[in-house]
This record gives sequence, C-alpha cells and structure tokens, in this order.
Amino acid sequence: MPSSTLLAQSVLSGVFSGALYALMGLGISLAWGLLRIINLAHFAFVFLAGYLVYQCISVSGWSPTLVVVLALPLFFLLGVALQWLFARFSVDEFASLLVTFGLTIVIESLIQWIWTADVRRMETPLSTWSVKLGPLYVPVVEAILLLVTLAVVVAAWAWLRHTYVGKALRASAQNPVIAAAFGVSHRRLAFVLSGVAAATGALAGVFVAVGSPISPSQMFGSLGVVLAAVILGGLGNPLGLLAASILIGIAEALTMALTAPSWAPLVSFSLLIFILVLRPDRV
Amino acid sequence: MGTISRKLGLQLTGLVCAVSAALVTAAAVAATSGAPVRVGGTLALTGPLAPTGLIHKIVGEIYVEQANKRDGFLGRPVEWVLLDDQSKADLARSLYEKLVTVDRVDLLLGPYATGGILSAMAVAERHGKLLIHNTLGIPKLAKYERQIPVYSIGAVPEQTLPATLFDALAANGKTPKTVAFVTSKFPSVHFMSVGARETAKKRGINEALWLEFEFGTRDFGPIAARIREANADFLWVGSIGLEGNQLLEALKKLDYAPKNPFFLYPSPGPLAQSPDAANALSMTLFEDHAPFTNTPQATEFARLYRERAGKAGITYLDADMQAAVAYAAWQTLEAAVTATRSLDDAKLAQWLRANRVDTLIGKLRFDGAGNYGDDLQKIKQVQAGRWITVWPREFAPPGARMNLQ
Repeated sequence: MPSSTLLAQSVLSGVFSGALYALMGLGISLAWGLLRIINLAHFAFVFLAGYLVYQCISVSGWSPTLVVVLALPLFFLLGVALQWLFARFSVDEFASLLVTFGLTIVIESLIQWIWTADVRRMETPLSTWSVKLGPLYVPVVEAILLLVTLAVVVAAWAWLRHTYVGKALRASAQNPVIAAAFGVSHRRLAFVLSGVAAATGALAGVFVAVGSPISPSQMFGSLGVVLAAVILGGLGNPLGLLAASILIGIAEALTMALTAPSWAPLVSFSLLIFILVLRPDRV
Repeated sequence: MGTISRKLGLQLTGLVCAVSAALVTAAAVAATSGAPVRVGGTLALTGPLAPTGLIHKIVGEIYVEQANKRDGFLGRPVEWVLLDDQSKADLARSLYEKLVTVDRVDLLLGPYATGGILSAMAVAERHGKLLIHNTLGIPKLAKYERQIPVYSIGAVPEQTLPATLFDALAANGKTPKTVAFVTSKFPSVHFMSVGARETAKKRGINEALWLEFEFGTRDFGPIAARIREANADFLWVGSIGLEGNQLLEALKKLDYAPKNPFFLYPSPGPLAQSPDAANALSMTLFEDHAPFTNTPQATEFARLYRERAGKAGITYLDADMQAAVAYAAWQTLEAAVTATRSLDDAKLAQWLRANRVDTLIGKLRFDGAGNYGDDLQKIKQVQAGRWITVWPREFAPPGARMNLQ
C-alpha cells in the first residue's frame, strides 16, 4: 500500500501537470469556442516561444523578464496575423483543423532548420529547485506555473464575463447576425481574441522551456491530452478548462502512483469518452 | 646574396608544393572515376528520432568524403542517396522500395532504430539486397540471411548486458542488495529490462520496485516519488532518449539522488551534460577516449566528428557510440566491397558472414545466430560532464575508475 506522502506528492505533481495542460489549452479553447477555429498551430506557437526563450536567455544572455515582456506582444501580433489569414481566406472550422496542422508542420521544420533536431536544455537553477513543506517537496517552477495559470485563467474568465469585449465575443459566438445588429464587429474582436490566445501560448512556451529539455517533435507530445482537457472543460470556458486539466493531471498521477504508470495515458482519453457519451453537446 | 637565395628557395618550395598538391588532387580525381557507386538509405532527419539521426548523417558525410579522397569504392566515387524517413517505420519501407526500384541504388545501408530497420529489411529481402544496419535493438527479430548487424550487442543482449553490468558492480565490491526497475514499454527497451530483471533474480538481488511507463510519458513526478520510496541500492532505468533526463529532474525535485542509476539508451549529450547525472551509468561500444581512439583512423574520425558536430549545432561534441556504429557500418560495407571487388549483394553477404571486419568498435563477425557476433557492450559512466568507459577495465582511459555508492 503506498504511503500517504507518496499519494500527496503524486496529487501535487498532478496539479502541476494539469496547470500546464490548462495554460497550453487556454488559447485553443478560446479560439475554438468563440471563433470556431481549431488552432492546432497553437502547439507550434508554444514550442516556438520555448525555443525563442531558450535562445534569448541561454544563448544570448538576455534578462528573463525582458524576454517575457517582448515575447507576449510578439506572439499577440502572430495571433492577429493568423486570424487575418483565416478571415482573408474564409477558413471554416473543419478547414482550420487541416490548415493549422499544416502550419504546425511548417513551424516544426522552421524550428529544426534554425535550432537543429538536437535536444536543447535551458539550464537555470530554478529548473530543479524545490521547497520542502512538511513531508512534501514543492518544485518552485511548477509552483510559479500554477500561480501564473490561475491568474491567467481567472483573468480570461473575468474578461469574457465582465468586460464589453468579452460579452461581445460571447454574443458573437452565440449568434453573429444578432450581435452584428447590435454593432458588434466580430472581425475586430476576432483579431483581439486570436492575439490573446497566441500570447497565452507564448506564456506556456516559457514554462515548457524552463521545465524540460525540448526538441522540435515534442510539440505533438501533449496534443492529445490537452485537446481532451479543452473538450472536457467546455469550449471557450477558461474555468472549466482549468478544472478539467487538473482533474486529468491528478487522475494520471494517481494512476501512476497506485498502479502501473503505463496506464496513465488511458485515463485522460477514458474520461473524454465517458464525458462525450454522457454529454455529446460539449463539442 | 643570402637573401636572394632564401627568396628563391622559398619560391621553389612553394612551386613544388603547388605542383604536388595539383598532382595529388589530379590523382584523387583520377582514382575515383566512372559512374558513382550509389549507396542508398534513410535516416530519421525529422521526428522524435531526429537528434540521433543527425549524428548518423554527419558521420555518413564524413565517411563518404574520406572514401572519395581515397579510392572510392572499386575506383568509383561514392554517392550517398539519403532520404528522410521522418522517424516513421512505415515511411522507411516505402522509401527503401523507392531506393531499390526507382533510384536503383547499388547498395543499401540501414536506417536508424529498430522499427525502421525491420521495415527496410523486409524490402531488402524482397529484392535480395544486402542490408548493413547499425542499431537493431532486438536481435531475435533479424531473420533475413543477407542482413548484417554492425551493432555488436550479441544475439541475446537481454542476458549478456545485465550480466556485464552486474559483474562490473560485483568487481567493484558493490553488488546491490536491492534493485528498482523502471522501464519504458518501448519494445527494444522493454525486453532488455525484462532480461535485467531475470538476471537480478538469478543473482539473488531483491526487487524493490518494477514500474513500466509508456513511451512519451511527460510527467515523471509520481514515478520519481515511487523510486524515492523504494530507495534501492541500484536503479535500472530502461529509458530511451530524454526519458532519463526527465526522470532525473523529477527525482532532483524530490531532493533524491538515486544510488548508482543505470540508463539503457539515453540521449548521450543531454545526460552527460546534466548536473544531476554525475556517475550515471550506461552501455557503450565506443567513446571518444583511449584506448578507442588509439588508432590514427579513430583519432581522425573523432577530430572530424567534433568539428562537424559543432558546425551542425550539436551541443555534445564527443564522438560516442552512435557516431561510431554509424561509421562502422560504412567500414563494413567498404571492407566487403574491397575484398570481393564486387557490388553483388549475394557475394558481399557471403563474404561478410565468413570474415571478420576491423571497425572503430572492434573486430566484428557476422556468423552467429541472426548473423550476430560477439557482444562487445561495455559500461560507461558520466564523469565531469563526459562519458567515460569504466568496464571492462581495459577499455577505460588511463587513471579512470568506476565511481559507485
């Protein structure tokens, strides 16, 4: 029988994994739910940001704060540009899946061309630094990730819930024609939302680069589980995404702690199938 | 007068050098004339296996360049037709079919890693081609008589490698009382871990933990917590690629340094350069130090590899086992072509199965079960950010010893 410390440590690990899933999935959830764009290139944005962060901090020696401050507007503009292309070529929901998958491959090749296929590791003392709380070890980077994710998710929820732009976005997603009759410009709002979504991807990229070694093909590694969290959480629903991500993270971690770790990947998809059977209206 | 003579002397020397250089170049060009000998193969230049595929590509380019500076193959220049299999075994199959039927290459070299090699082997068998390959991890799957495994791990590595490893621990007075096994379910890794588990059992070592995880696992936190709780004397990590690094980092976050960890197939650079991997063990066939680099050819290879790897943006510049087995595959191919004076696949395969070939990783033979020869695997250890062979002792560089807890 595993000890209570092992179980508690595993739950903590699951919460941190869930936080990363949520931060990676937020941009996808917003774009899918409110713009009806399934943006698989979001994973490529996350890794592109990760590589840029690695390059600026580890190779060029820039300040981490400066890099984050520059990366967020840069990726906001990237998101706007992508949305402009979608609007220009009238890309619909299904086509966006194919187009963004192609774009992901292009960005993967670009990353490999610039940084090669060799593994890159951003060495910082923070990467493996932990704080002991009672019998538990709390990794500092993951703790920061959790706080940032909570802040971003709550901010996204509040933005959609309480601001004019958020309300207009939700109205436009529900009924574009009626929303337009009330003076809502879906086109402009879509630019803003797409930019915000890409910027959250850049933020996730920072934690991906700090948290583990990276190589170009890894961008597909989290695709399945993040999409599962996005669907489970409800499209365009930041709080639902956070809850689903942490649920999946904890379920995976407890599976690893209590049974064979090789069963963990089954958990997220079993949960997804279960929810889709019960609630097919979530997509 | 003296100055004029010296100037004249220098000019004459320069002229002689220039003429000699021109003659050598002309001789080299003349030596490799006629239609090129086309050697076809694929490598994982993109996808998850690309970090290692890149090493094989660099080595192949070095070898072809060196061969063409000598006599090529049979006096003809060597041309390497290299395609990207994207780390996909199914794509490797199609590309080898193309290499044989469309590109009509003269000779084949295998791709990187077990899955791709098995795909290529099926195509080679269909066309009766010789297939020299260098990284097939599961020898019992090699059934084709014209396949030549340069990856000299013996026919039953799942028995011989664990035996070598536990012998090394015993010889250093550190036979573990307990062992924790953590292994990926990646096929060529898993069967080795099963073999190690059986070996430990036969030697009376208690199993403190047996964990299997899926290839592609991202969160090693709970696995690390279980390893910490088991706290065994020895940790066998059946890992491939970055899994070893990810596990070590997860352990570090729990403030736990495993005693004597062994990593089966790590990414050599990232693990050697990890601050958490000091004294980590692994297997090898070649490392960039004496006695492996005692020959002029090996020294030159290590120098060239270091230079090219640096230019290609690789962070770990020592020529390690992957680089050496890639080179050994080309050496084996050239040895067979030179000895038989032929490009005939049947003749080449027959010669290779009857003769030994001198390579960077040792003298290879291909006359055992599945054409495998001796198990030449050794044990290496991370010491001061580099991989150093530590067992058998005769392969350790002067002064090096195995550091164990």
